[in-house]
Amino acid sequence: MVTFSNIVKYAWLVPLLPFAGFLIIIFFSRLLKGKSSGIIASALISLSFLISLLMFFAQSDSAVKSITLNIFSWLDVGALKIPFELLIDPLSLNMMLIVSGVGLLIHVFSIGYMLHDERFNTFFAYMNLFSASMLLLVMGANYLILFMGWEGVGLCSYLLIGFWFKNDLYNLAARKAFVMNRIGDLGFILGIILLFFTFRTLNFSGVFAQLSAFTPNNSTIVIITLLLLVGALGKSAQIPLFTWLPDAMAGPTPVSALIHAATMVTAGIYLIARSSLLFNLAPFTLDIILAIGLITALFAATIGIYQNDIKKVLAYSTVSQLGYMFIALGLGVYSSAIFHLTTHAFFKALLFLGAGSIIHALSGEQDIRKMGGLKKKLPITFLTFLIATLAISGFPPFSGFFSKDEILMAAFARNPLIYVLGLFGALMTCFYMFRLLFLVFYNQFRGTPEQESHIHESPALISVPLIILAILSVVGGFLNFPEIFGGKAAQANFLSVSLTNYASNAGHMAVSTEWILMAVSVLFLLFIVAFAYNRFIKQKMLPAGDEIPLAFIPKLLSNKYYVDELYNWLIVMPYTALSEKVFPKMELNIIDKTVNSFGEYTMWLGEKVRRIQAGNISFYVFAMVTGVIFFIIINLYF
Amino acid sequence: MDFLSLFVIVPFLTVVGIVFCKDFKQVRLTAAIGMTIQLGLAVALIFMYLAERKAGNMAEMLFMADYVWFPSLNIRYAIGVDGISVAMIGLTAVVVITGILASWEVQHLSREFFISLILLATGVFGFFITIDLFSMFLFYELAVIPMYLLIGLWGTGPKEYSAMKLTLMLMGGSALLLVGIFGLYFNSNPDGGQLTFHILEISKVHIDPMAQRFFFPFTFVGFGVLGAMFPLHTWSPDGHSSAPTAVSMLHAGVLMKLGGYGCFRVAIFLMPDAAHELGWIFLILTTISVVYGAFGAIQQKDLKYINAYSSVSHCGLVLFAILMMNKTSMNGAILQMISHGLMTALFFALIGMIYGRTHTRLINEMGGLMKIIPFLGVVYVIAGLASLGLPGLSGFVAEMTIFIGSFQHTDTFHRVCTIVATSSIVITAVYILRVVGILLMGPIKNKEFENLGDAKWFERLSLGTLVVVIASIGLAPLWLSNMINDSLVPIIEKLTMNL
Repeated sequence: MVTFSNIVKYAWLVPLLPFAGFLIIIFFSRLLKGKSSGIIASALISLSFLISLLMFFAQSDSAVKSITLNIFSWLDVGALKIPFELLIDPLSLNMMLIVSGVGLLIHVFSIGYMLHDERFNTFFAYMNLFSASMLLLVMGANYLILFMGWEGVGLCSYLLIGFWFKNDLYNLAARKAFVMNRIGDLGFILGIILLFFTFRTLNFSGVFAQLSAFTPNNSTIVIITLLLLVGALGKSAQIPLFTWLPDAMAGPTPVSALIHAATMVTAGIYLIARSSLLFNLAPFTLDIILAIGLITALFAATIGIYQNDIKKVLAYSTVSQLGYMFIALGLGVYSSAIFHLTTHAFFKALLFLGAGSIIHALSGEQDIRKMGGLKKKLPITFLTFLIATLAISGFPPFSGFFSKDEILMAAFARNPLIYVLGLFGALMTCFYMFRLLFLVFYNQFRGTPEQESHIHESPALISVPLIILAILSVVGGFLNFPEIFGGKAAQANFLSVSLTNYASNAGHMAVSTEWILMAVSVLFLLFIVAFAYNRFIKQKMLPAGDEIPLAFIPKLLSNKYYVDELYNWLIVMPYTALSEKVFPKMELNIIDKTVNSFGEYTMWLGEKVRRIQAGNISFYVFAMVTGVIFFIIINLYF
Repeated sequence: MDFLSLFVIVPFLTVVGIVFCKDFKQVRLTAAIGMTIQLGLAVALIFMYLAERKAGNMAEMLFMADYVWFPSLNIRYAIGVDGISVAMIGLTAVVVITGILASWEVQHLSREFFISLILLATGVFGFFITIDLFSMFLFYELAVIPMYLLIGLWGTGPKEYSAMKLTLMLMGGSALLLVGIFGLYFNSNPDGGQLTFHILEISKVHIDPMAQRFFFPFTFVGFGVLGAMFPLHTWSPDGHSSAPTAVSMLHAGVLMKLGGYGCFRVAIFLMPDAAHELGWIFLILTTISVVYGAFGAIQQKDLKYINAYSSVSHCGLVLFAILMMNKTSMNGAILQMISHGLMTALFFALIGMIYGRTHTRLINEMGGLMKIIPFLGVVYVIAGLASLGLPGLSGFVAEMTIFIGSFQHTDTFHRVCTIVATSSIVITAVYILRVVGILLMGPIKNKEFENLGDAKWFERLSLGTLVVVIASIGLAPLWLSNMINDSLVPIIEKLTMNL
């Protein structure tokens, strides 16, 4: 009999198995030939997935929904006690299933995708290390363990963005990602420090248990939540710490799918959702989250319209979708954020893998202006990509429709203006996604004849994960099938053990309003698709080549509002100047000069004093007589 | 014969053995054997210490012995260890043996080289086992003097200038220190009677606050010079960059720790009133050290300079945490000493090995080394990650403990210092990744380097040992922090008693 409390005893295996995979592949790299390291990595992650699945089913039969598993005492210093504990509750199970499940599919995909790379083994070692860290992140029972996983995934992200490290641009992208995340981490660390100072513990349960003593918008709580938010902004690529994510597309495409779309970038959302009780006490911070989410969602969507690199379009779309999750967090409907996180993991992983399949077929081409007409040649890729596009655009009954709709409804309940802005962003999403779809798959192929002769549908290792993800993208919405369609909002109920939605959002609107809003959004979506169809298929319009100067707004957008340039001017340049100009002045001209002048002064003094002892006898006599007289005078008068 | 004295006798016998060796192979073998025995002793000491504590022996110092050496002035060779010194001895033993392995191919005057190196180690070991200020001072000088020869003779670059600068600055520090020590000595018995240099005896006395106020700065600055406290740190970059590999390792790894240990064991422990009153001045200086050192590392072009400035930053954090004077932060300070000792030794070993192959330390002349020498490359990345405080490696444990401990002060001054010091984690990431990017990644810049050989067995052994210790502290820091914790109790009691 597998009961929940029995199986949870083995929860530590979930992060440990991929970690073991990492060690095995690293240490026996020379012995592992062909696909073997990919198979080992996939096998271990599938075991993690199985255990998570078993725990999930065992939990649904169990009355106890949340168990903390103490593994060992990690640190015990003075007042600081950090047990190494794992928390298995609905939220962490939800995340574990996403990370290990989607992770498994992407691992399998990568066996086919990375097969001819000379560092195949290293790639899988890093992927396994990433999975282990991400699982630790979502399973940790206190903020410090969470932070360990948090830094671990940051490291893997760094290593995998710069995986093809012979290219200096990729290295810079990797460094940018790490440093920007580090800025976020600084906020997170300070948040942890203040948490510990305030609550004398870092355990989730310990912190939340003490919250009843605080009133809403208590200044300490607000500061803590703001600091945690800074960490989340870095990891989840929100304004102002978002510019690393588009650059992170330098990594291999499966990496973009796993780390920079489905899992790691959602860590910030997980962090806030996990701390829902804390954030509920800080409506001020929630409003800031809402504003940041809204701005990011719109801002990134506008940039997405003008990108011509298939992965860059998807990257800005990720930033924008993460913005929607932040909107949900800001509205205090944490379960909707996790719902959208889940469906997004399916369809965005699918989009990236599809893009990988296209890039693979075109021998590395990423510019959508040089694609076109791939519908017939890559039928599986086309079909799955179409499903993902419909899902992200929010067409019923695909998964994205339900999750985005939930967020927009909550927005409408708060303020119709937020709803309108959110809908506007969704329409832009629809536009840039269909633009991508039409440009890539329809009309004639626009690349070189040589590329055209090589085009082939990818092998089963690549297409099977696509198909599974496509199925998930279709049915994912039924995880939390809303009540209005006769569903039970299963996921929201499931998560309610871990998440407490912000109370003031509980107000329900009339069912008729909800139907009208849905109909309006679907109508608008259809209109946008027709518009894109007319523009890109009927009129065969192409985005202009790089050599043609753009008008003001397109130029502003395709240059990403010059945010990178702004940061360079605001932060990088002063920083460099400080270390290159001010520091040497201080170090060499002031400190070192003082030190050296001590030596020089001593030498100089020695030189002067030396003259006294130059062997001049008459001077010696003079000095002696002066001395004697001096002492006599002293003796006489004192 | 008492057990602790073996830590001085074994190196001494090794030196004697080296004198009788015929060629450099015998010399290095003798040195390696001697220092392996030393490492064995250190491990044994850790186990003996833990066993004693488990058996309920809660004395302040264990394995004590006391020999009167100069009766008229009551100068004694008094020894004893607590958890902190045991940990430091363990660190020293690891760094010394890995340093010997890293200098496996020093052939130029190898006999003299290894003799000086082991004499230096003798001084350090002696420093950590004594609890008599005078003997402590002697051992300290014993460690500094071979340094001069080692840098001056086997160094690179402007070695005479560096050796002179380093030795003179450290000697200047020890002059201040001597004043401090005599100050303590002459105030060690306010009731009139036998004066003493014995640390435990002095700690039982409440030293006149006026005297404390006067002598505390001498002692703290004296040790602070060795701990590379701003603005007395400039010996460190020049000295490290000119020193041969093993000397850089020992110096940054262990000798700089004498500074932190001394500040803690002598300045703060024996003069707590002054520490509370004047600590803020030094807190400002150490906060500057932390950030200034990190900034200094950003634009350097020489690998050793980068690591030297990074050491200024990390050692600054040690002194910073000591001055926060609570249990958590002080525990963090000791952890940071050990962590920094290991990782900086690792860095210098790597730099020496890379230099031995490429004959340059300028990062702009190298590039793409990861492809050519993957073992050294990967270990360099690991050292970098430990340095920037990645969880799972030792640096994270130390830094987190320090920052959380420091924040327990409720006043704005301490908090601002803490936040400023914490912000250094971002700067650290910048300079570490910059070096990794330029040095290891990218295309291979210099065609001559394409055929460099990867690490040899003794190099792998040396690096591997350090990596394993760093990772095991990072993954399971509890036993180490427990060992330190026990020994902090009397110190914390004394600090709060005099408040």
